[in-house]
Amino acid sequence: MKGKKLLAKLYIGLVLVILYAPIIFIAVFSFTEAKSLGNWTGFSFNLYKNLFNGSMQNSSGLMSAVENTLLIALIASVVATLLGTVAAIGIYNLKGRKKDVMNFLNNIPMINPDIITGVSLFLLFVFLHISQGYTTVVLAHITFCTPYVVLNVMPKLSQLNPNIYEAALDLGATPMQALRKVLVPALRPGMISGFILSFTMSLDDFAVTFFTRGTIGLDTLSTYIYADARKGGLTPELKPLMTILFLLILVVLLVINIRQSKNLNKK
Amino acid sequence: MKDYIIDIQHLSKSFGSKKVLDDINLYVRRGEFITLLGPSGCGKTTLLRMIAGFLQPDEGSILLDGKDIAGIPPHERPLNTVFQRYALFPHLDVYDNIAFGLKLKKTPEDEIDKRVRKVLKLVAMSDYEDRDVETLSGGQQQRIAIARAIVNQPKVLLLDEPLAALDLKMRKDMQIELKEMHRKLGITFIYVTHDQEEALTLSDTIVVINEGKIQQIGTPTDIYNEPVNAFVADFIGESNILKGKMLRDRRVAFIKHEFDCVDEGFGENVKVDVVVRPEDIYFTTDPAKCQFTAKVNSCVFKGVHYEMFVDTDTGYELMIQDYDPYPVGSEVMLYIDPDDIQVMKKERTENKYLGKVTGEGKVEFLGAEFECNTEGFENGEEVTVKIHFEKVDLLDHEDEAITTGHVEFILYMGDHYHLTIRTESGEKIWVDTNDIWDKNDFVGIKILPKDICLEKVVAANE
Repeated sequence: MKGKKLLAKLYIGLVLVILYAPIIFIAVFSFTEAKSLGNWTGFSFNLYKNLFNGSMQNSSGLMSAVENTLLIALIASVVATLLGTVAAIGIYNLKGRKKDVMNFLNNIPMINPDIITGVSLFLLFVFLHISQGYTTVVLAHITFCTPYVVLNVMPKLSQLNPNIYEAALDLGATPMQALRKVLVPALRPGMISGFILSFTMSLDDFAVTFFTRGTIGLDTLSTYIYADARKGGLTPELKPLMTILFLLILVVLLVINIRQSKNLNKK
Repeated sequence: MKDYIIDIQHLSKSFGSKKVLDDINLYVRRGEFITLLGPSGCGKTTLLRMIAGFLQPDEGSILLDGKDIAGIPPHERPLNTVFQRYALFPHLDVYDNIAFGLKLKKTPEDEIDKRVRKVLKLVAMSDYEDRDVETLSGGQQQRIAIARAIVNQPKVLLLDEPLAALDLKMRKDMQIELKEMHRKLGITFIYVTHDQEEALTLSDTIVVINEGKIQQIGTPTDIYNEPVNAFVADFIGESNILKGKMLRDRRVAFIKHEFDCVDEGFGENVKVDVVVRPEDIYFTTDPAKCQFTAKVNSCVFKGVHYEMFVDTDTGYELMIQDYDPYPVGSEVMLYIDPDDIQVMKKERTENKYLGKVTGEGKVEFLGAEFECNTEGFENGEEVTVKIHFEKVDLLDHEDEAITTGHVEFILYMGDHYHLTIRTESGEKIWVDTNDIWDKNDFVGIKILPKDICLEKVVAANE
């Protein structure tokens, strides 16, 4: 019995190590100065200092890539959240077959490989003569984020009392007021999770961005790192950057989870 | 000037090809407690939703205080609704739920406060104002839903099966409270329910609706004692519905016996339906009073009374309710007071369709082709097709069936069942049968050629 338990624990341990080793590896090596990966030349904060005081090579390029990434993610996920919520309400109110068809159509972009989404958007933009750059990247990100918002808002709609919107109208709210004061607050948890999912999807997207950014030299973090790695080795300062990003996302996830379990306890 | 707060005129509504409301005419007096009663799917909720403004009528109009409210959106109508599943706003607490309507109307803060506290007191929920609505029980949520509606002082309060989600005991308590609230507030209540007992308990006026049509409007006692047709008699309370024949004024025959009654004006030897409530059949030991005898078949205690089924000497089964039990198997003497016999005009005496001769010995109706004798009719001629209720065969398979349908409504008539079958073509066929079918059963329909009777179509202008 005891042996079996030990084996089970070892197995879980092994899986966790395999999953997290690469991240831990980067995090550990962000605290040394060595230029080449895998060399430990003693503990140091220098890479962090370089990252923040701008003394690394092409520091301005990296910083603008970070800025672009965050701004694109923010715009795309805000717009996707609005579009997705409205779309979800629309789909939810369809009847029978139409509803199934719309749900199915909504699911396809999510299982579609990124590379196909990227190439087809590229072709579409070319066909429509839209010059590629910031706008097209944002549009592309909105495109692939919206279905995730729909997917997150839909279950909240199904849980909702179907009369709640009518109840608001009945009490004197205009359709717009009913949407703002009743529907949106009731759907908020779904909208927030849809927003966060969109934000992270946009943050780490490479394929779609790569095909829709055009030739004006627009870089997001992922395309920047890709280019940087191809130019002859990863710039060492990227290691602390990735560690920070990982920690940031970890904190966000923890906050969301704690909030959710608190909400559950309340009920 | 009549004091009608709501006047509904020639109202019709269809969803797709299905007509859910058909030429509804109804007025509601100011301050009245009126109940729309009917089985699920009869159109009663649709009617309520049109009054509230969530649905637009196809035809006809709804007048509120004499003015047509067709173009007025729900948020501008001085009506409020209590929804079936409460529909409270989950993100607001009890106080804010109730204050929702007042805040939208920009009512001053202290006025809101005063009115919210007043209605909370009225619904006996004074200490709950800070509570999260989702932590309340069903009954408490319903009280808040009622408070949220009446705080706006609507001209009419619409209630859509507000007690349906509550358990029996809670429902009874809330019925009494609702009645009390109606008395205190003086607001007109329009109440929708499928629960006949609830309707009888609460209402000043009951409107019985079935298949989109008003069957009867009246006070609870009117509706109970004098149902106008078999549907109302069957739907409201327990009843024995029987085939009968009006021999002459004040004399009716049913279950192969003759009885005195109080109805007049039907004519002589006219087929009718007769309703006798189970509590109106009396036992007697006096042979002079006895009108017929029967044998007790079963006897079940129902809490207040005993419910017995007896077989009459003429082979009919009747339900009787009495405070005293009679042993199963015993022979009993029975009589019915003339007052307690309700005679109703027959709504139909046979199935009648417009058909078309499609060939030698073939006629088409109910969306199918039947064999019958077409002598004297030309190919392609339109004909009236008549079939007696008892001549329709129902099969539990479609092998030999000519068309199929589903059992829609079952009426027990003492010695046979009178079924309403909805055929595949969406039409109805009525069937008298001794076989037991359940509601929604799938049936095959067969009619023997000799039982199909064709007649020339009588043109309207002849």
